[in-house]
Amino acid sequence: MGLIATPPDATVVSSTSPNWVTTRLDFLANWARTSSLWPMPFGTACCAIEFMASAGSRFDLSRFGMERMSFSPRQADVLICAGRLPFKLAPVIRRIWDQMPQPKWAISMGACASSGGIFDNYSMVQGIDTIIPVDVYVPGCPPRPEGLMYGILLLMKKIRGETFTDDRLRVEKLVGPDGLYLPPERVDELSEPFGNSVSQTRSS
Amino acid sequence: MSAPTAAQSPSAQALRDAFGAAIERVEVSCGDTIVYVSRERIHDVLAWLKETPTQDFDYLTDVTAVDYRDAERPLEVVWQLRSLARKADLRVKVRLDKDGPLDVPTCWDLWRGANWLEREVFDMFGVNFAGHPDMRRILMWETYQEGFPLRKDFPLRGHFSRAEQTRQALAVNPEAHYSLEELATADAYRNLPQDMRERLRRGERGGPE
Repeated sequence: MGLIATPPDATVVSSTSPNWVTTRLDFLANWARTSSLWPMPFGTACCAIEFMASAGSRFDLSRFGMERMSFSPRQADVLICAGRLPFKLAPVIRRIWDQMPQPKWAISMGACASSGGIFDNYSMVQGIDTIIPVDVYVPGCPPRPEGLMYGILLLMKKIRGETFTDDRLRVEKLVGPDGLYLPPERVDELSEPFGNSVSQTRSS
Repeated sequence: MSAPTAAQSPSAQALRDAFGAAIERVEVSCGDTIVYVSRERIHDVLAWLKETPTQDFDYLTDVTAVDYRDAERPLEVVWQLRSLARKADLRVKVRLDKDGPLDVPTCWDLWRGANWLEREVFDMFGVNFAGHPDMRRILMWETYQEGFPLRKDFPLRGHFSRAEQTRQALAVNPEAHYSLEELATADAYRNLPQDMRERLRRGERGGPE
C-alpha cells in the first residue's frame, strides 16, 4: 500500500484523533476502488474501436486492473460510453446506469458522447450528461487509446480524492417524475448548438 | 450500374408497348433508364417486370423516396430493380402529390425483401404502402411523435426542444420493440417444450429461473 502512495494528510494524524481511522479507511477503500475499476463497455461507434485497442495487448488496460470487462452492469464500476448515443438508445444506457450498483462512475469517451459532436440533428443525444451523470469527458474524434487512458487516470485521481463518509457522492440521481434527471432548462442549455452548428438554423 | 450510354434500356420500350399511357415518362440519366409510372398501375408494372421472362427483374435492390426542396415538385417513390441473370438495371418511379394521400401499393408480395425497405420509406417520408403486412416505423422508435425526418419541411434538429426530445426518448420502454412476433422463437413456438411456451405466454423473458 505504501508503495502506491502516501496518504496526503499522514503527517497530521495521531492515534487519538477520530480522523485517523476515517482517513486510513478512505485511503484503503479508494486504493481498492482505483485498482480494480471494472468497465461496463457501452460501445456504439468508432470510439469503441479505440476502446478495444486500449483493452488489447499493445495498450493493455489490465495495467490499471481494468482487464475484466463487465458485460453485466451489476458487476461494473465504470460505464464507458464510447460513441454517439442516439435517442433510441437513451433509455438503454439509462437502464444500464440504473442497474449498476454504487459506487459507480461514468466516462464519456469522444466528442459525440460528450456533446453530440458532428451529429447536431434530430436523432442524437447532445451529450450523454443529459441522460446520466458523467465524471470524466475524453475529447477526441475518436480519442487515441492514450487519451482514454489519461481520462481513466484522471478518474482514478478523482476517486482517490473521495471520502466514503460523504453520502452525497453516492446518491442515485434518478429520473424524476418529469421524465428527466436534470431540470428541462438545464438539458436545453447543455444541448445548445456551439461551434459550426450555430450557423445551422432550426427551421431547415 | 450499367455502362454509361445514352440509349434507353429495352425494357422501357417494352413497358410502353405493354402499358401505354401508364408509362408517363422515360429518361436516361448517367446511363440509367428511369421510368415514371402512374400510381394506379405501379403494382402491375412491377409484377410484369418481375414475371415476364424477357425482363426477369428478380432482385429488388432498393425502395426509397425523394423529397425535393422545391415545394411544387411531387414526392417520388423509387424502386431500383436488377435482373441478376441479364445483368440489367431499371429504375421505376412514381410521383405523389404532396397535398394528396401518400399511398402506393406494397410490392412485398413480389419481393419479400421489400418489407423493411418499405418500412424505412414509411418511417422517413410517411409514405403508406397499402397491403404491407407490418407498416410500422423501423429506424425511429414506434412512438416517435415528431413526424417524418427526411421530409424537406422537417427541421434538422426536430420540432421539439431538446429537453422534450430527451424526456420522450427516456419514456420509451426499450423492450417494447421486441414483440414475440418479431422474435425467431415465434416461428418455432409450436415446437417449443410446454414449460417454455407457458413462460413465453406469460410474457417472461430470459432463461430458466
